[in-house]
Amino acid sequence: MNTTTVNATKLAGFKLPQLSEVFNGTLVSGAIRLVALPLAGILAFLLLWSITAQNIDTSLGKFPGPAAVMEQFNSLYDEHQRSRNKEQAFYERQEKRNAERVAKDPNYEPKVRAYTGKETFLDQIITSLITVMSGFLLAVVIAIPLGIAIGLSKTLNSAINPIIQVFKPVSPLAWLPLVTMVVSALYATPDPIVAKSFLVSLITVTLCCLWPMVINTAVGVAGIDKDLINVSKVLRLPALRHVQKIVLPASVPMIFTGMRLSLGVAWMVLIAAEMLAQNPGLGKFVWDEFQNGSSNSLARIMAAVLVIGVIGFLLDRGMLVLQKLVSWDDSASQ
Amino acid sequence: MSVLLDISHIDMEFPTPKGPFTALRDVDLKISQGEFVSLIGHSGCGKSTVLNVVAGLYQATRGGVILNGKEVTEPGPERAVVFQNHSLLPWLSAYENVELAVKQVFGSSKSKAEMRQWIEYNLDLVHMSHAMHKRPGEISGGMKQRVGIARALAMQPKVLLMDEPFGALDALTRAHMQDSLMEIQAELNNTVIMITHDVDEAVLLSDRIVMMTNGPAATIGEILEVDLERPRHRLELADNPLYNQYRSKVLKFLHERHSKPDVPIKKSAQPKSSSQQAAANAKARNAQKEAVEDAA
Ligand SMILES: Nc1ncnc2c1ncn2[C@@H]1O[C@H](COP(=O)(O)OP(=O)(O)O)[C@@H](O)[C@H]1O
Ligand SMILES: [Mg+2]
Repeated sequence: MNTTTVNATKLAGFKLPQLSEVFNGTLVSGAIRLVALPLAGILAFLLLWSITAQNIDTSLGKFPGPAAVMEQFNSLYDEHQRSRNKEQAFYERQEKRNAERVAKDPNYEPKVRAYTGKETFLDQIITSLITVMSGFLLAVVIAIPLGIAIGLSKTLNSAINPIIQVFKPVSPLAWLPLVTMVVSALYATPDPIVAKSFLVSLITVTLCCLWPMVINTAVGVAGIDKDLINVSKVLRLPALRHVQKIVLPASVPMIFTGMRLSLGVAWMVLIAAEMLAQNPGLGKFVWDEFQNGSSNSLARIMAAVLVIGVIGFLLDRGMLVLQKLVSWDDSASQ
Repeated sequence: MSVLLDISHIDMEFPTPKGPFTALRDVDLKISQGEFVSLIGHSGCGKSTVLNVVAGLYQATRGGVILNGKEVTEPGPERAVVFQNHSLLPWLSAYENVELAVKQVFGSSKSKAEMRQWIEYNLDLVHMSHAMHKRPGEISGGMKQRVGIARALAMQPKVLLMDEPFGALDALTRAHMQDSLMEIQAELNNTVIMITHDVDEAVLLSDRIVMMTNGPAATIGEILEVDLERPRHRLELADNPLYNQYRSKVLKFLHERHSKPDVPIKKSAQPKSSSQQAAANAKARNAQKEAVEDAA
């Protein structure tokens, strides 16, 4: 009697930590965590969305559910294809016409005119992406050297910090009229290389996403391990080499944290700026659809909202991948 | 023997929110070429401060440091430092860490190939050739400390300054590193100042042991000449009466100064505050160590 109990416990004890089971267990739970749970979340969201949508009536009809939005994605894509075909046809016609006229009169200088159709949804996406990246890169070029300088010099920090603290919380919408007026006044060439509206959006984005990068870079630089600074002193590294070999690599994790924050801010700011200033891009698309007020408008706006979200997410992931490539620590694990 | 390094009557005061804090008073020491000197004393007495003044990282409030007849005013590679926490650049491999130093010191006098050879030679001296392309995060504490030593040696310094270089290592690794250091010193005849609070380490490695009194206003209490034949072997020394005599002399100094702080010291400091200071510093040191371990 007694022995059997002992044996049973022993057996149970042996059975519990079976390696293959544990292994399978972690594999299964990993798969659940990575695939099944997010999928379940998305499905639940879609369900909730379609139920809620049916119960909301607006002046433009029912609030669009997932199906209506999907339909608009298709029609937006079709519109884009049609527009591209038209464009191609336009250029083909023009080329043919020019060729005929040159054949008749060899002295004729062929004129090439650009196609001026309405921007499609895809065009707007690309415009927004180019604008946000340009504004962001301009901010990077300004913010990182500035942040390093502030981080290295306590004097400069004391001098500039109040300015940063005041400008940091300013909404893009407040900058926009000023930027618009200043660009109009200063950028008054008859034959501009880039559109004025592009410049306005870009500068607004730059102004708003400058601060997280400046602050994070400065904090990173000021917080470099004192021992590493001492190494540099003992080696008598010249100032520029000190920045290049010690300061910059040591603050890469903080710089990238700032860059990720900034890119997120940049994307949000851009959409708002485009809406308000009627500058080409996704923001304008949303505004135009809102003004348009057709029965499809809400579904199209919802499609734009989803695209804006997905692009924002992808931009952040992109920065994370970049951060992982250049980081020497594990700060990029999030 | 001629004096290479003259630490001449230095005082060190730190400004603190509660007024100036006198860490060192009248520390005076002359060191010859090729000599191995260790500084021993309780935590927080001011050993690192002495080393930092010699390194040029701190400027003495009074007195000065003269190396080869020239006063030290700023840090420089002729006074290479092995820091307590290895201080390797974590984004560079062991090789690149040494390379940074070698390029800075020999960039104009050695060719590329010569520099590569020199870097590899120094990594070989500390037995790190096999892992020279690994980053600090991928090697053990002892290996990191070795690379730190290789980096300092590669600068071919006139004086090698080491701040508790083996303090964070386990006993076995530490013994190994001590043997390596003795070998290297026998080969290169470096002048070394090493901080330690390990009595055996001090006796084993040093030509002279400089014992510091407790702070504030710490100074040199006693200097012990260690007259043991080189090369030294730790196992043979264990039964050597002279060795044990040196050992107990140092122990006695540390013990008496610690347990009876009111024993008349040359320039007496406030006894109560000094022991409190030591305790506070020990605490701070522990906290720091933990932080370091957490970070690792
Ligand atoms: N930069 C500093 N500012 C103020 N006090 C300091 C500074 N560096 C060291 N001290 C003080 O000087 C004393 C000696 O410190 P330190 O040389 O680090 O001691 P040890 O290396 O012997 O443990 C301590 O009381 C410490 O608090
Ligand atoms: Mg110390």
